[in-house]
Amino acid sequence: MNVELSSGLKAKRSNSLKSLYKMELVRISTAGSVDDGKSTLIGRLLFDNNALTKEQEELVAKKTAEKGWDDLDLSVITDGLVAEREQGITIDVANMYFSTDTHKFIITDSPGHVEYTRNMVTGASMAETSIILIDARKGLLEQSYRHFYISHLLRLKRVIFAVNKMDLVEYDQDRFLEIAVEIQRMVEGLNAAVPYTVVPVSSLKGDNVVKPSENMTWYQGKTLNGLLHETHPDISESQPLRFDVQHVTHSQENGFVDYRGYSGRVISGTVSVGDTLRVLPSKKESVVTEIRRYTETKDKAISGDSVSISLADEIDISRGAILVHPDETPEPQQTVKATLVWMDEKDANVGSKWLMKAASREFPVKLQTILQSVDPTKKNATDNKNVIALNDITEVEIRLSQPGYFDAYETNKKNGIFILIDPQTNNTVAVGFVKGE
Amino acid sequence: MKNQHLYDLENESIYILREVASQFKKPVLLFSGGKDSIVMAHLARKAFYPSRIPFPFMHVDTGHNFPETIEFRDAFMKELGADLIVRYVQDSIDQNKVQEETGKYASRNSLQTVTLLDAIEEHGFDACLGGARRDEEKSRAKERIFSVRDDFGQWDYKRQRPEPFQLLNGRIQFGENVRAFPISNWTEEDIWSYILQEGLELPSVYFAHNRKLIKRDGQYLAHSEFVNIVDSDEIEERTVRFRTVGDMTCTAAFLSDAATVEDVLKENVASKHSERGARIDDKRSESALEDRKKGGYF
Repeated sequence: MNVELSSGLKAKRSNSLKSLYKMELVRISTAGSVDDGKSTLIGRLLFDNNALTKEQEELVAKKTAEKGWDDLDLSVITDGLVAEREQGITIDVANMYFSTDTHKFIITDSPGHVEYTRNMVTGASMAETSIILIDARKGLLEQSYRHFYISHLLRLKRVIFAVNKMDLVEYDQDRFLEIAVEIQRMVEGLNAAVPYTVVPVSSLKGDNVVKPSENMTWYQGKTLNGLLHETHPDISESQPLRFDVQHVTHSQENGFVDYRGYSGRVISGTVSVGDTLRVLPSKKESVVTEIRRYTETKDKAISGDSVSISLADEIDISRGAILVHPDETPEPQQTVKATLVWMDEKDANVGSKWLMKAASREFPVKLQTILQSVDPTKKNATDNKNVIALNDITEVEIRLSQPGYFDAYETNKKNGIFILIDPQTNNTVAVGFVKGE
Repeated sequence: MKNQHLYDLENESIYILREVASQFKKPVLLFSGGKDSIVMAHLARKAFYPSRIPFPFMHVDTGHNFPETIEFRDAFMKELGADLIVRYVQDSIDQNKVQEETGKYASRNSLQTVTLLDAIEEHGFDACLGGARRDEEKSRAKERIFSVRDDFGQWDYKRQRPEPFQLLNGRIQFGENVRAFPISNWTEEDIWSYILQEGLELPSVYFAHNRKLIKRDGQYLAHSEFVNIVDSDEIEERTVRFRTVGDMTCTAAFLSDAATVEDVLKENVASKHSERGARIDDKRSESALEDRKKGGYF
């Protein structure tokens, strides 16, 4: 039983397993309509990356034979629940995992229907890149606008438009260019700053998914797989420090005398031993004496790290406190402007009350003003509604019972988000993106 | 060189474990003695060090475990200094709460659910930490990190709470409880790589050893008094290992010479069998696991 981190481990590693030690963890979200072949695309990506298990390969072979198809039915790998298999659609968010020599990918697949906007936002929330599928025969649909708007709202680092079913339009370059122009108009119409790429594929036949297409020699760009490998994890080291205290660790054990550590996650930025930190909301200040992760002490911790921080002075700090650098203290908002994505069956009105959860803080809030509803498809004029309903995207003003200390989502994603919880049902009813002033 | 993706996964799991400890009054960690629960216990140790892990462990013992697993479990708990609660499926059988299955494929695997739910009620646990991973099976792929169960332990995927940005909402009504899955995003390969990196010990059945086996339907089962042997079964002795440590009645052995963690990793990369392939009870039907989960199974 090794309680201490074993020092002999490095010697045990052999070259043949080296690849396991340098992979980057990258999260991708996919979204698409019912029949634009999303399940087949993911299946193809896994199959051509040699990432299917033997059982999955056998299932594909069995289902393909049952259907009597010439091409492999790769869609059966991802359609997880019985209800989905019965209806032939993807209802919920599903996660899939595969790795190549350099990357470990987590694909979060969410359904494309308008009524599942909430799942799409959830699915894409952790992603660096989203893949939006477009049926080459149909071009952009209302849902394509919605998917792109959500990628833009989430400020993803990149959007890849996969124009699928190119085999059904004779691999025609002109058709592809028509769609590329449509996409460009959509991006310009939203004034969106999200970098994007368009790639022509056929997931059924395997063109440009992992293997470059022989049927579309006119396309000189990278395959979908090549584009995914250009993705890197989102680590926001250069932003202001926001440390969320989840748990206070006290200990007299393991040789420690009166150990006290503030355990939590670096939401953004960097913290180093010797830094003076300000505690919010008390505004008291003290110096970092130790940054600990298990038996190891560190000089610094960066965005994403789960650590325990000890301070020179005894200050009353409990769950929900935020540690920051004094010269980068966020404003203590009494109200916030935010874009809400509504996720509950029950509607909301001005005056509705909820619990807001932001990092480890939880406090009551009230909907003060509905500013305007957003139509991501830009088809309907925005109207000022009094009611917020399931899957609505709405700009609102919310009054807080405690100071907010949010950053604008646009400048610091991880300190610019919250969820709303209905205190009666305990359901998570909305996700909010804080807007700058 | 730091293994970046394992470090990221560890960050995420520690975050989840700390949320569970803070959001619930009486959490428990479900510990089977298998590799996933050993990794989870190690992560819990890291999350709260230098203090003790702030919740007890519980094992639902079917009575059909590998003796090696039980031996390991007890040694592990002693080393860790955590409290272990053991509840026995045999007790539920004796109390006539469940009926022992009969016949060639008789297994106590699905009977565990009743014992588990009774133990949750008895102790008033409001959160159960489980080592389930989303890569194990298709219906697991849709499980949230916090999964709310009603009084009867039932899982309703339509009632799942959205978890944008991993903001975890653990608020529950009286009588409800939450199943929490800190290693949701780990794959089997991640688990083995992590065991190698951290130098964790495992029960010996995970590594190649000589064993008396029952060959049935082209698969090998460990020879034990718990399996009802029929005429068509062949008894053989082979060098094998197990990829999971479920019940002896329903866990298939693999012919293997992999004697170390590193050997196992190499062999897993080379072969491509998913580990649930070795769980015979999942093969009963295409939706076997989903059906059991709706009924409160882990």
